Amino acid sequence: MKILVCISKTPDTTAKIAFTDNNTKFATDGVQYIINPYDEWYALVRAIELKEKDPSTVIHLVTVGGADAEPIIRKALALGGDEAIRINADSQDSFYIASQIAEQAKSGGYDLIFTGKETIDYNGSSIGGMVAELLDMPYVSLATKLELNGTTVTINREIEGGEEVNEVSIPVVVSCQKGIAEARIPNMRGIMAARTKPLQVVEPAQADTLTSISGFELPPAKAGVKLIPADNPAELIRLLHEEAKVI
Amino acid sequence: MPVLVYIDHADGQIKKTSLEAACYAAKVAEMSGTTAEGIVLGKIQDDPSSLGKYGISKVHHADNADFNHLDAQVYTKAVADAVEATGADIIIFSHNISGKAIAPRLSARLKAGLVTGAVAVPETTSGFVVKKSVFSGKAFAKVTINSAKKIVSVNPNSYSVEAKGEGSAEVVSLNLTAAPSKVKLVSTSKVTGEIPLTEAERVVSGGRGLKGPENWGMIEELAKLLDAALACSRPVADVHWRPHHEHVGQTGIAIAPNLYIAIGISGAIQHLAGVNRSKVIVVINKDPEAPFFKAADYGIVGDAFEVVPKLIEAVKQLKSAN
Repeated sequence: MKILVCISKTPDTTAKIAFTDNNTKFATDGVQYIINPYDEWYALVRAIELKEKDPSTVIHLVTVGGADAEPIIRKALALGGDEAIRINADSQDSFYIASQIAEQAKSGGYDLIFTGKETIDYNGSSIGGMVAELLDMPYVSLATKLELNGTTVTINREIEGGEEVNEVSIPVVVSCQKGIAEARIPNMRGIMAARTKPLQVVEPAQADTLTSISGFELPPAKAGVKLIPADNPAELIRLLHEEAKVI
Repeated sequence: MPVLVYIDHADGQIKKTSLEAACYAAKVAEMSGTTAEGIVLGKIQDDPSSLGKYGISKVHHADNADFNHLDAQVYTKAVADAVEATGADIIIFSHNISGKAIAPRLSARLKAGLVTGAVAVPETTSGFVVKKSVFSGKAFAKVTINSAKKIVSVNPNSYSVEAKGEGSAEVVSLNLTAAPSKVKLVSTSKVTGEIPLTEAERVVSGGRGLKGPENWGMIEELAKLLDAALACSRPVADVHWRPHHEHVGQTGIAIAPNLYIAIGISGAIQHLAGVNRSKVIVVINKDPEAPFFKAADYGIVGDAFEVVPKLIEAVKQLKSAN
């Protein structure tokens, strides 16, 4: 079994979100970067769990980014990837990024391609679907459980108000979310081992960029909280009904 | 060329999120001086002509049995065929579960630039610029789509559903050949009697301040009285007091209901990221320093175990008075 896990570098969940250059660029000063939580906690860890069950499994990691993405990909190797590929390009366009990953994956012979359900920075939820289409593979999105039986993959995926169980033959692209894997942290042995694992840097393939970001804005500040005395919750209900008109 | 909107349905009924997408599509069509048309795949009980009320002039309905289970690959080809048949160059989805499955594939297939999670109609004075939610609700980005064909998926609860009179859409049957599905549906399980979180207009959410899963009775009662969905904070889902599908926040589900009531949740930045697009936020917490109060519209500093039962009584009184 050969698994490709797509890894994205994102600002830490507690990072202050601000913009510079007339609100056209994300302010990176003092920002710590992490592996996108959905990529790490769900996509990567599930791949590692599958490898623990079947040690012949090979896990490759792929990221599209500059040299500043290397600490992130090393951490992913420390968690349990076997080899990593960094495609040396910087883009905010999902189609461009997906095209790069698909181009790499084409010759890789992967049985499973995992992504997180979205990144916590641009919240696109797009890479998995695009890669699947470019490779003409089936795509199961928002997976909460995944089991492998030979070449058949049984996947639980979220639907509105519940979930359904799908069966699909490899190869398949899956976007992963909460429920699919148990939490884990890298150990020292993994961190040491990661230093010598192969990290290949490749130049991007020719691909179109279909979108571009022209600016950012922050949500308007709240006017301030209106406090209601704890002994009079009925007043809250009155305000919600008459003033806010939401009940 | 018409604007084409993908109309999604569950249990034979058109989803509310698709009505939002339909209204959004009608607005985009009006701005571009054209009409909005819909594409419906599979059997449906609701009468598709009812979409006329929301500004859709024509509905293309492909009624094949192959379209009764979402397989992103099969549905994408079908929508692409509908795009070709109608000549549409703007395609609208809801950024709901089906939209997340189909829209990215369609984008890659048609080389059509995609913006997911749109929160407003496009600005078209210079280019085609769509405002979307980024950094998990902490900011917005304005994204320009540069390709000739364009796809936008609309964040649930970001565009209001407004019926415009009694219009009736023309329904035409669309004869599509479905690609063979590689994904087999084994079973479906739905939590019955609950409102899906992403579609809920009101949400009641509980946190660690409730001390244990046995104390959720009053939360459930309040939610039921308000026709609200249930949600919880991450620590609560992590210790299995509540199921994972109720976890809202940066790493759970992001929601934007009209009313979000947070009970016993301090309001960590990761939690706020998932709920701060709610129109009205109410916070009930016994700690006056809880950061959530800074993001709230209304607040009560008090013990949930005393405040919530009184709230329940007040809602009952309000309901009996109306």
